[in-house]
Amino acid sequence: MNALELRGLKKTYGNGHQALKGIDLTVADGDFFALLGPNGAGKSTTIGIITSLVNKSSGTIAVYGVDVDEDFETAKSMLGVVPQEFNFSQFETVWEIVVNQAGFYGLPRARAHQQAEKYLRLLGLWDKRKDRSRTLSGGMKRRLMIARALVHEPRLLILDEPTAGVDIEVRRSMWDFLAELNRGGTTVILTTHYLEEAELLCRNIAIIDRGCIVENTTMKELLATLHAETFVLDVGAPLLTVPAHPDFALHLIDSTTLEAVVDRRYSLNDLFSFLSGQGISVVSMRNKANRLEELFVNMVQEGQRTPQPQD
Amino acid sequence: MPPVISARSYFIAFSTLVNKEISRFSRIWLQTILPPAITMALYFVIFGNLIGPRIGKMHGFDYMQYIAPGLIMMSVITNAYSNVVSSLFGAKFQRHIEELLVSPMPNLLLLMGFVAGGIARGVVVGVVVTATALCFTEIHVEHWFTTLAVVILTAALFSLAGFINALYAKKFDDISIVPTFILTPLTYLGGVFYSIDMLSSFWQTVSLGNPILYMVNAFRYGMLGVSDIDIGVAFAVILAFCVALFALSLWLLKRGVGLRT
Repeated sequence: MNALELRGLKKTYGNGHQALKGIDLTVADGDFFALLGPNGAGKSTTIGIITSLVNKSSGTIAVYGVDVDEDFETAKSMLGVVPQEFNFSQFETVWEIVVNQAGFYGLPRARAHQQAEKYLRLLGLWDKRKDRSRTLSGGMKRRLMIARALVHEPRLLILDEPTAGVDIEVRRSMWDFLAELNRGGTTVILTTHYLEEAELLCRNIAIIDRGCIVENTTMKELLATLHAETFVLDVGAPLLTVPAHPDFALHLIDSTTLEAVVDRRYSLNDLFSFLSGQGISVVSMRNKANRLEELFVNMVQEGQRTPQPQD
Repeated sequence: MPPVISARSYFIAFSTLVNKEISRFSRIWLQTILPPAITMALYFVIFGNLIGPRIGKMHGFDYMQYIAPGLIMMSVITNAYSNVVSSLFGAKFQRHIEELLVSPMPNLLLLMGFVAGGIARGVVVGVVVTATALCFTEIHVEHWFTTLAVVILTAALFSLAGFINALYAKKFDDISIVPTFILTPLTYLGGVFYSIDMLSSFWQTVSLGNPILYMVNAFRYGMLGVSDIDIGVAFAVILAFCVALFALSLWLLKRGVGLRT
């Protein structure tokens, strides 16, 4: 059974702006799914509609086969959502926020306490349970929203930019947590601006641009469509000129840093052999840009050149 | 298999919301419970002790005794309204209303939860104000059922009104306009301090268009056994307003007015 099925989802706001132009999307049970798109593409509107914070104009939504229009309560009981912006009372304690949310999902008090403790401990907030939410750091607030979304153990967890504004250490611990959660059977849908995050965590991906899905495939297939990758090489000795090669585009960033665009037909061994033949030793190397980022930018730029269907 | 939502789950969701509402106004009791007691004490000192003896008897009661039910009802009305309007608007403003909107809680329970919170504050403040009044005058309750029913129905009515106000409110000014320009004048002109028998027939007729007049008089009937309005008519008016506002609130919730874009 699919965790989520969206069919012909459209949204036109009161000011006439058509945010979604008929989205079809399927997320399989147990998937870790990325929904990407530039700002204003319709990601948050899509999530808003799934979680009933935004009224749809037309289309259908089914969560684990339950149509949201037909059985709103059952469909929502299987969903957990972590929104982009902080949305808890600034005056309540961490404990109150999580326990109350469990109550809104109908969990009896003893079970609510048990669940709240479990997730506050897992997310490293147990020691902060008596603190008012406004006193938490940005990273802690993000983790609090995850604990709150999980307290009723949803089968489908939707996270809208969950790691926005958190430091790299917290971000990495959140990635580990989410990966573990997914391994445990929870379906996860993620929107993010950190494409590295999507590449690392997600198995399937949809890219949304100006209210339309412009790509919906597996991460592996999407990355395979890259024609070339760009590497930055730190060389052992300063260079004055760049050696010319018909198949590698090379240019100097500074005297000891070289940028190389390597076509997918060639291996890195070919590049190193060529440089070695030129008497250039490579000390270290890194990807210039995240691969997914490159694809994403190309896709969105391509989309902007192509007229969008108006309906 | 999708989970089955039981009646018990709904009850837990409802009671969680009611507890949260009660905790909210209890946590800030200095702003919610204490001020009505101080205001009432001042009313009793000024209108009861200083001016009251010069006014004399009204419907056979000392002026202080006569105005006590109206003052209690005024506190119930103001506090039930303010509780819901400020709680719901605050939840919208801080966006934690989304905690409820994403949950499986039906609109009916969400509305009932906020209204129950408003009734709770109205009743608590009513009790505090009555206790304050007892420091200044004797209070007898002639008809217990009428007194309690009027308090609860009136608190429900103004909780519903506060709920609708908060749904439409977009900024803090919007939640103070109705209490300042509509609720306060209607309360003062609703027979709290006088009997409408003292007015000319024209103003008596105009006063009958003020719904608060029915609540104040029904409550006064419950406590003192006297009323300017037939008690049956008063109950019918209060119930009609409750039903109408309840239906309107549910309809607005279903359409997502002020909560869902």
